[in-house]
Amino acid sequence: MDLSEINFAVLVASLVVASTPLVLAALGELIVEKSGVLNLGVEGMMIIGAVTGFIVGVETGSAYIGMMAAAMAGALLSLLFAFIILIMQANQVASGLALTIFGLGIAALMGHPYTGIKSPQISTISIPFISEIPVLGTMFFQHDLIVYLSLISVLVIWYFLNRMRAGLILRSVGEDHDVAHSLGYRVVTIRFLAITFGGAMAGVGGGYLSLVRVPQWTEGMTAGAGWIALALVVFSGWRPFRLLIGAYIFGGITILQLNLQAIGVNINIALLSMAPYLATILALVVISISRFRGNRGAPGCLGRSFVKIT
Amino acid sequence: MFKLIPRENVSPVLSLLGPLFSVGLTMIVGGILFYFLGVDPFAAIKMIFWDPLMSETFSTYSIPQIFIKGAPLILIALGLSVGFKANVWNIGAEGQYIMGAIFGASFALSLYPLESIVIFPAMILIGVIGGCLWSMIPAFLKVKFQVNEILVSLMLVYVAEQILALASLGFLRNPDGAGFPGSRNLNQYTSASNAEIIAGTGIHLGVLLSLLMVIFFYVLLFRHSLGFKIKLLGNSPKASGFSGDNPNKLIFLCLILSGSLAGLAGIMEVAGPAGQINIDFNVGYGFTAIIVAFLGRLNPIGIFFAGIVMALTYVGGELTQFMLNLPAAAIQVFQGMLLFFLLSFDLFVHYKIKLKGNK
Repeated sequence: MDLSEINFAVLVASLVVASTPLVLAALGELIVEKSGVLNLGVEGMMIIGAVTGFIVGVETGSAYIGMMAAAMAGALLSLLFAFIILIMQANQVASGLALTIFGLGIAALMGHPYTGIKSPQISTISIPFISEIPVLGTMFFQHDLIVYLSLISVLVIWYFLNRMRAGLILRSVGEDHDVAHSLGYRVVTIRFLAITFGGAMAGVGGGYLSLVRVPQWTEGMTAGAGWIALALVVFSGWRPFRLLIGAYIFGGITILQLNLQAIGVNINIALLSMAPYLATILALVVISISRFRGNRGAPGCLGRSFVKIT
Repeated sequence: MFKLIPRENVSPVLSLLGPLFSVGLTMIVGGILFYFLGVDPFAAIKMIFWDPLMSETFSTYSIPQIFIKGAPLILIALGLSVGFKANVWNIGAEGQYIMGAIFGASFALSLYPLESIVIFPAMILIGVIGGCLWSMIPAFLKVKFQVNEILVSLMLVYVAEQILALASLGFLRNPDGAGFPGSRNLNQYTSASNAEIIAGTGIHLGVLLSLLMVIFFYVLLFRHSLGFKIKLLGNSPKASGFSGDNPNKLIFLCLILSGSLAGLAGIMEVAGPAGQINIDFNVGYGFTAIIVAFLGRLNPIGIFFAGIVMALTYVGGELTQFMLNLPAAAIQVFQGMLLFFLLSFDLFVHYKIKLKGNK
């Protein structure tokens, strides 16, 4: 009885680790979409973050420096997207796809010499006192800094969007860019900032994947995590706390599936590996049905180009 | 600062210039990239774009290869372009391509070693149905529950890849294959083999079909009312509704049309150049076809040329891998860059740009 309880706690702890890249990337995309921009390049930015973070982490020996480099790489790549859609007025869907294709290619090029190397260790920080609470402590309070950071980000982003003037401006730009523009807000600048933030978050998410979650570099290692992050934003109805819950449910399915594979349950591995993707589709269907028609909660100008005609 | 003035009519000259300009720019920036990879940029660019066509040593092999690799790209891109025109984004063609191959191959292999002339056409039909069914999932979810088709079709690529693994390691594995993954080779099964139609070149029925489909789609888009309805849905959904069109029907049609064509490409490939169902059967044609569709400006004739150019980068890319030891991923970077330039260039197609301040 005791034994099973410990296993459960460890399971939840690994679920938290598995979900963290998704939480980070999806939170970034949430801000981007709230500003009215649909960036389908999350997968590309994540993998760039993964490879850059891994290379810098290995070279410097510090996972945290790697993670910072991952954020910068993701942000840098997202600037390319921002330029193309904000300045060159390109179609957002197609540009996001291009970003993903491009990112996957660049990452494969960069990462080639680093295949099969072990990543530097990341230190876990046990939060004093509460980490000693029997089950809960193991689950949530004996993790590395990035996990805590992801949880704090949820809070901060919720606060930013719902309680701060800047968040209100961001949302107004996303709801109706023409009105926001006529009120004197700088639509393009705000969107530039939002996209860059989204890129940095996706980058860190990718870095966490290659430095902590896996931890090594293999080509195409994001395996759709960026797309799942995009699905999570829709699933959450553009709300940070729901997004966190969604990511943890999703991480739970992934971990459960991996554990079932490990203990050799009599289900085909391929069938188990499908589970996360099927679960994503199911979640999207459920959320769409429950919201009746359309995407209530979706920013009004999501995916539309802003052309200043004065 | 600059000021954008929307053009009343899309400039046809610039619309044509865009792809050419983008290819040129990709060559330049790609050359710089190759330089940093320690490869002679001029040799690499020449090897990708020139040698497959003109070099005496390579061209006899390369030229038919361009058509063989171009065929699935053109087939898939034609289907996708119709949806893209209507703002329907099927980006899971890779999955529909895989399912087309699995459906068709499963049918043929279940009849092995029976020989009959009906097997081949039936196999192709079933392949098309396979791709169609796979695209019907996002199509159904989209029209019934407004579920985002981009995410669903993409998730289904990963599912299809797992089914592919399941097939090549399990239910389609060659019983005489000494335990190696992969199905029987369809090229050794006369009734199901998509054999070459010009001896010694490898050019198969799929190449011919891709050319026929270019014509079919040209007629569909420019000479048939359905093409008009699809464009109307994309440009002005409201007007589309007022004219009495059912947007759901059109969306559904766009998705299953692209799925069917991806399925066709899949079954042609597995019975022809690939020969068998195996774990590494899919090589990303479904994703590259997205670039082809845009490079061809969503126009069937354009897609034909774009497919050829993109196939050239594949064939040339293979050459540079062998001869210059350039990593395979470099070509992917190349293709991504091409799409960036192309999309950016659209600005000049849709807007006039004036310098502000010069009053």
